[in-house]
Amino acid sequence: MDGGVLHMLQFVISALLLAGGVFFVIAGTVGVLRFPDFYTRMHAAGMTDTLGAELVLLGLIVQAGFSQTSLKLALIAFLLFLTSPTAAHAVVGAAHNAGLKPMLGKYRAPALGEAPEVKSEVKPKPKSKSKPKPRTKKKAT
Amino acid sequence: MVRSAFILVVVLATYWLMLSGYLYKPVLLIVGTISILVVLGLSWRMKILDAETAPYFHGKAAGYYAWLFVEITKANMSVIKAVLSPDMEISPTTTKVPIKQSTDLGRVTFANSITLTPGTIAVVMGESNILVHALFSEMTDAADFKDMGDRAGWAVSDPMLGRIEKGAS
Repeated sequence: MDGGVLHMLQFVISALLLAGGVFFVIAGTVGVLRFPDFYTRMHAAGMTDTLGAELVLLGLIVQAGFSQTSLKLALIAFLLFLTSPTAAHAVVGAAHNAGLKPMLGKYRAPALGEAPEVKSEVKPKPKSKSKPKPRTKKKAT
Repeated sequence: MVRSAFILVVVLATYWLMLSGYLYKPVLLIVGTISILVVLGLSWRMKILDAETAPYFHGKAAGYYAWLFVEITKANMSVIKAVLSPDMEISPTTTKVPIKQSTDLGRVTFANSITLTPGTIAVVMGESNILVHALFSEMTDAADFKDMGDRAGWAVSDPMLGRIEKGAS
Protein backbone atom coordinates (compact mmCIF):
# COMPACT_ATOMS: atom_id res chain seq x y z
CA MET A 1 0.00 0.00 0.00
CA ASP A 2 2.95 2.29 0.64
CA GLY A 3 3.89 2.21 -3.01
CA GLY A 4 0.37 3.25 -3.91
CA VAL A 5 0.56 6.34 -1.71
CA LEU A 6 3.90 7.34 -3.19
CA HIS A 7 2.56 6.81 -6.66
CA MET A 8 -0.40 9.01 -5.87
CA LEU A 9 1.87 11.71 -4.41
CA GLN A 10 4.06 11.59 -7.49
CA PHE A 11 1.03 11.97 -9.70
CA VAL A 12 -0.38 14.90 -7.71
CA ILE A 13 2.92 16.82 -7.61
CA SER A 14 3.50 16.27 -11.30
CA ALA A 15 -0.06 17.36 -12.13
CA LEU A 16 0.33 20.52 -10.02
CA LEU A 17 3.61 21.42 -11.70
CA LEU A 18 2.16 20.81 -15.15
CA ALA A 19 -0.88 22.93 -14.34
CA GLY A 20 1.34 25.72 -13.04
CA GLY A 21 3.45 25.58 -16.17
CA VAL A 22 0.41 25.73 -18.41
CA PHE A 23 -0.88 28.71 -16.41
CA PHE A 24 2.37 30.61 -16.94
CA VAL A 25 2.44 29.82 -20.65
CA ILE A 26 -1.15 31.01 -21.08
CA ALA A 27 -0.43 34.15 -19.06
CA GLY A 28 2.58 34.80 -21.28
CA THR A 29 0.43 34.47 -24.38
CA VAL A 30 -2.17 36.85 -22.98
CA GLY A 31 0.66 39.25 -22.19
CA VAL A 32 1.92 39.13 -25.77
CA LEU A 33 -1.56 40.06 -26.95
CA ARG A 34 -2.18 42.79 -24.39
CA PHE A 35 1.06 44.67 -23.92
CA PRO A 36 1.35 47.89 -25.90
CA ASP A 37 4.66 47.74 -27.73
CA PHE A 38 7.36 45.41 -28.93
CA TYR A 39 9.67 45.63 -25.92
CA THR A 40 6.97 45.10 -23.34
CA ARG A 41 5.64 42.19 -25.37
CA MET A 42 9.07 40.65 -25.36
CA HIS A 43 8.91 40.52 -21.57
CA ALA A 44 5.81 38.37 -21.73
CA ALA A 45 7.01 36.26 -24.64
CA GLY A 46 10.48 35.57 -23.33
CA MET A 47 10.36 35.28 -19.60
CA THR A 48 6.96 34.12 -18.49
CA ASP A 49 7.12 31.41 -21.10
CA THR A 50 10.52 30.33 -19.83
CA LEU A 51 9.22 29.72 -16.35
CA GLY A 52 6.18 27.96 -17.80
CA ALA A 53 8.33 25.65 -19.89
CA GLU A 54 10.62 24.96 -16.93
CA LEU A 55 7.66 24.04 -14.74
CA VAL A 56 6.24 21.74 -17.41
CA LEU A 57 9.62 20.03 -17.71
CA LEU A 58 9.86 19.73 -13.93
CA GLY A 59 6.43 18.14 -13.85
CA LEU A 60 7.50 15.66 -16.51
CA ILE A 61 10.67 14.88 -14.54
CA VAL A 62 8.57 14.07 -11.48
CA GLN A 63 6.33 11.91 -13.61
CA ALA A 64 9.22 10.03 -15.19
CA GLY A 65 10.65 9.25 -11.78
CA PHE A 66 14.28 8.31 -11.26
CA SER A 67 15.22 7.18 -14.73
CA GLN A 68 17.27 8.07 -17.76
CA THR A 69 14.34 9.95 -19.21
CA SER A 70 14.28 12.37 -16.31
CA LEU A 71 18.02 12.99 -16.71
CA LYS A 72 17.45 13.86 -20.34
CA LEU A 73 14.58 16.15 -19.38
CA ALA A 74 16.83 17.86 -16.83
CA LEU A 75 19.38 18.41 -19.60
CA ILE A 76 16.70 20.02 -21.77
CA ALA A 77 15.65 22.23 -18.86
CA PHE A 78 19.24 23.34 -18.31
CA LEU A 79 19.78 24.15 -21.97
CA LEU A 80 16.50 26.06 -22.10
CA PHE A 81 17.62 28.05 -19.08
CA LEU A 82 20.68 29.21 -21.02
CA THR A 83 19.33 29.60 -24.55
CA SER A 84 16.03 31.27 -23.82
CA PRO A 85 17.44 34.55 -22.44
CA THR A 86 20.05 34.53 -25.17
CA ALA A 87 17.35 34.34 -27.84
CA ALA A 88 15.31 37.07 -26.15
CA HIS A 89 18.40 39.27 -25.94
CA ALA A 90 19.17 38.67 -29.61
CA VAL A 91 15.66 39.63 -30.71
CA VAL A 92 15.54 42.75 -28.54
CA GLY A 93 19.04 43.73 -29.56
CA ALA A 94 18.07 43.40 -33.22
CA ALA A 95 15.05 45.64 -32.67
CA HIS A 96 17.22 48.20 -30.90
CA ASN A 97 19.78 48.14 -33.69
CA ALA A 98 17.04 48.65 -36.24
CA GLY A 99 16.11 51.85 -34.43
CA LEU A 100 12.86 50.84 -32.75
CA LYS A 101 12.27 53.23 -29.87
CA PRO A 102 10.76 51.75 -26.73
CA MET A 103 7.56 53.25 -25.40
CA LEU A 104 8.43 54.88 -22.10
CA GLY A 105 6.49 56.36 -19.22
CA LYS A 106 3.31 55.26 -17.57
CA TYR A 107 0.83 53.20 -19.51
CA ARG A 108 -2.71 52.12 -18.73
CA ALA A 109 -4.82 49.79 -20.79
CA PRO A 110 -7.75 51.57 -22.44
CA ALA A 111 -11.15 50.81 -20.94
CA LEU A 112 -13.72 48.78 -22.83
CA GLY A 113 -15.07 50.70 -25.80
CA GLU A 114 -12.45 53.39 -25.54
CA ALA A 115 -10.18 53.63 -28.54
CA PRO A 116 -6.59 52.70 -27.79
CA GLU A 117 -4.12 55.52 -28.12
CA VAL A 118 -1.95 54.72 -31.09
CA LYS A 119 1.62 55.76 -30.81
CA SER A 120 3.84 55.36 -33.78
CA GLU A 121 6.61 53.04 -32.75
CA VAL A 122 8.75 52.79 -35.79
CA LYS A 123 8.95 56.07 -37.60
CA PRO A 124 8.97 55.35 -41.31
CA LYS A 125 10.20 58.46 -43.02
CA PRO A 126 8.11 58.58 -46.19
CA LYS A 127 4.79 57.78 -44.54
CA SER A 128 4.78 60.64 -42.05
CA LYS A 129 2.39 62.80 -44.11
CA SER A 130 -0.53 60.45 -43.71
CA LYS A 131 -0.65 60.97 -39.97
CA PRO A 132 -2.62 63.92 -38.62
CA LYS A 133 -0.85 65.58 -35.73
CA PRO A 134 -3.16 67.57 -33.49
CA ARG A 135 -0.31 68.40 -31.14
CA THR A 136 1.50 70.68 -33.58
CA LYS A 137 -1.32 73.22 -33.35
CA LYS A 138 -0.15 74.33 -29.95
CA LYS A 139 3.31 75.10 -31.21
CA ALA A 140 2.13 77.34 -33.99
CA THR A 141 0.75 80.01 -31.69
CA MET B 1 44.62 23.56 -17.83
CA VAL B 2 44.90 20.04 -16.43
CA ARG B 3 41.95 20.87 -14.20
CA SER B 4 39.87 22.08 -17.16
CA ALA B 5 40.80 18.95 -19.09
CA PHE B 6 39.69 16.80 -16.19
CA ILE B 7 36.40 18.67 -15.87
CA LEU B 8 35.84 18.36 -19.59
CA VAL B 9 36.37 14.59 -19.44
CA VAL B 10 33.92 14.28 -16.54
CA VAL B 11 31.31 16.40 -18.33
CA LEU B 12 31.67 14.50 -21.59
CA ALA B 13 31.50 11.11 -19.85
CA THR B 14 28.36 12.17 -17.96
CA TYR B 15 26.85 13.49 -21.16
CA TRP B 16 27.62 10.29 -23.05
CA LEU B 17 26.18 8.05 -20.35
CA MET B 18 23.14 10.27 -19.88
CA LEU B 19 22.22 10.24 -23.54
CA SER B 20 23.15 6.67 -24.43
CA GLY B 21 22.28 4.88 -21.22
CA TYR B 22 24.47 1.90 -22.10
CA LEU B 23 26.30 1.17 -18.88
CA TYR B 24 27.02 -2.51 -19.42
CA LYS B 25 28.06 -2.84 -23.07
CA PRO B 26 31.86 -2.91 -23.27
CA VAL B 27 31.98 -2.14 -26.97
CA LEU B 28 29.95 1.03 -26.61
CA LEU B 29 31.86 2.10 -23.51
CA ILE B 30 35.15 1.73 -25.38
CA VAL B 31 33.81 3.68 -28.34
CA GLY B 32 32.63 6.36 -25.94
CA THR B 33 36.03 6.57 -24.30
CA ILE B 34 37.69 6.92 -27.67
CA SER B 35 35.39 9.74 -28.72
CA ILE B 36 35.97 11.54 -25.43
CA LEU B 37 39.71 11.30 -25.96
CA VAL B 38 39.36 12.58 -29.52
CA VAL B 39 37.35 15.58 -28.32
CA LEU B 40 39.88 16.22 -25.59
CA GLY B 41 42.72 16.12 -28.10
CA LEU B 42 40.89 18.43 -30.49
CA SER B 43 40.10 21.01 -27.83
CA TRP B 44 43.69 20.87 -26.60
CA ARG B 45 44.92 21.56 -30.13
CA MET B 46 42.41 24.40 -30.47
CA LYS B 47 43.67 25.82 -27.14
CA ILE B 48 40.18 26.18 -25.71
CA LEU B 49 40.91 24.32 -22.50
CA ASP B 50 40.48 27.21 -20.08
CA ALA B 51 38.00 28.50 -17.56
CA GLU B 52 35.26 28.63 -20.19
CA THR B 53 35.47 24.93 -21.04
CA ALA B 54 32.65 23.89 -18.71
CA PRO B 55 31.55 27.18 -17.15
CA TYR B 56 28.66 26.08 -14.97
CA PHE B 57 30.00 22.75 -13.82
CA HIS B 58 30.62 23.43 -10.15
CA GLY B 59 28.70 23.95 -6.95
CA LYS B 60 28.82 27.74 -6.93
CA ALA B 61 26.96 28.05 -10.21
CA ALA B 62 24.35 25.56 -9.03
CA GLY B 63 23.78 27.61 -5.89
CA TYR B 64 23.58 30.80 -7.92
CA TYR B 65 21.03 29.37 -10.31
CA ALA B 66 18.92 28.08 -7.43
CA TRP B 67 18.88 31.64 -6.00
CA LEU B 68 18.10 33.01 -9.46
CA PHE B 69 15.19 30.61 -9.91
CA VAL B 70 13.59 31.93 -6.71
CA GLU B 71 14.10 35.51 -7.95
CA ILE B 72 12.57 34.62 -11.31
CA THR B 73 9.50 33.16 -9.66
CA LYS B 74 9.08 36.26 -7.49
CA ALA B 75 9.45 38.69 -10.36
CA ASN B 76 7.13 36.62 -12.50
CA MET B 77 4.30 37.28 -10.10
CA SER B 78 4.37 41.03 -10.68
CA VAL B 79 4.50 40.60 -14.45
CA ILE B 80 1.59 38.17 -14.40
CA LYS B 81 -0.37 40.53 -12.17
CA ALA B 82 0.11 43.28 -14.72
CA VAL B 83 -0.87 40.98 -17.57
CA LEU B 84 -4.06 39.75 -15.97
CA SER B 85 -5.31 42.93 -14.30
CA PRO B 86 -7.91 44.79 -16.41
CA ASP B 87 -6.13 48.14 -16.36
CA MET B 88 -2.62 46.93 -16.77
CA GLU B 89 -0.51 49.60 -15.09
CA ILE B 90 3.01 49.40 -16.36
CA SER B 91 5.73 51.97 -16.66
CA PRO B 92 8.34 50.87 -19.19
CA THR B 93 11.75 52.32 -18.43
CA THR B 94 15.26 51.99 -19.74
CA THR B 95 18.33 52.31 -17.55
CA LYS B 96 22.04 51.80 -17.84
CA VAL B 97 23.43 49.23 -15.45
CA PRO B 98 27.18 49.31 -14.82
CA ILE B 99 29.03 46.04 -15.42
CA LYS B 100 31.84 45.27 -13.04
CA GLN B 101 32.69 41.80 -14.31
CA SER B 102 35.99 41.61 -16.10
CA THR B 103 35.74 38.26 -17.90
CA ASP B 104 33.45 37.47 -20.82
CA LEU B 105 31.89 34.66 -18.85
CA GLY B 106 31.02 36.90 -15.93
CA ARG B 107 29.49 39.51 -18.22
CA VAL B 108 27.43 36.95 -20.08
CA THR B 109 26.21 35.40 -16.84
CA PHE B 110 25.17 38.79 -15.49
CA ALA B 111 23.38 39.88 -18.67
CA ASN B 112 21.68 36.51 -19.01
CA SER B 113 20.48 36.74 -15.43
CA ILE B 114 19.01 40.19 -16.06
CA THR B 115 17.18 38.86 -19.09
CA LEU B 116 16.01 35.74 -17.30
CA THR B 117 14.40 37.79 -14.56
CA PRO B 118 10.94 38.69 -15.84
CA GLY B 119 10.37 42.38 -16.30
CA THR B 120 13.94 43.23 -17.26
CA ILE B 121 15.72 42.59 -20.55
CA ALA B 122 19.32 43.35 -21.39
CA VAL B 123 19.05 45.21 -24.67
CA VAL B 124 22.60 46.25 -25.55
CA MET B 125 25.89 45.22 -23.99
CA GLY B 126 28.27 48.14 -23.87
CA GLU B 127 31.87 48.26 -22.78
CA SER B 128 31.13 49.27 -19.20
CA ASN B 129 27.36 49.11 -18.92
CA ILE B 130 24.27 47.28 -20.10
CA LEU B 131 21.19 49.03 -21.46
CA VAL B 132 18.27 47.42 -19.66
CA HIS B 133 14.61 47.71 -20.57
CA ALA B 134 12.31 47.20 -17.61
CA LEU B 135 8.58 46.73 -17.49
CA PHE B 136 8.11 48.68 -14.25
CA SER B 137 10.13 51.65 -13.10
CA GLU B 138 10.31 50.06 -9.63
CA MET B 139 12.38 47.26 -11.12
CA THR B 140 15.28 49.50 -12.05
CA ASP B 141 16.69 49.80 -8.55
CA ALA B 142 20.47 50.11 -8.77
CA ALA B 143 21.00 48.18 -5.51
CA ASP B 144 19.13 45.13 -6.85
CA PHE B 145 21.25 45.07 -9.99
CA LYS B 146 24.40 45.46 -7.95
CA ASP B 147 23.40 42.54 -5.75
CA MET B 148 22.66 40.37 -8.76
CA GLY B 149 25.91 41.40 -10.43
CA ASP B 150 27.92 40.55 -7.33
CA ARG B 151 26.29 37.15 -7.09
CA ALA B 152 26.77 36.46 -10.80
CA GLY B 153 30.43 37.38 -10.54
CA TRP B 154 30.83 35.18 -7.51
CA ALA B 155 29.17 32.25 -9.28
CA VAL B 156 31.76 32.15 -12.05
CA SER B 157 34.69 33.24 -9.82
CA ASP B 158 35.04 36.52 -11.61
CA PRO B 159 37.73 38.94 -10.41
CA MET B 160 35.35 41.87 -10.09
CA LEU B 161 36.55 45.36 -10.87
CA GLY B 162 35.28 46.43 -7.49
CA ARG B 163 37.95 49.00 -6.72
CA ILE B 164 38.05 50.69 -10.08
CA GLU B 165 34.72 52.48 -9.79
CA LYS B 166 35.21 55.45 -12.05
CA GLY B 167 32.47 55.46 -14.62
CA ALA B 168 30.20 53.30 -12.51
CA SER B 169 27.66 54.42 -9.90
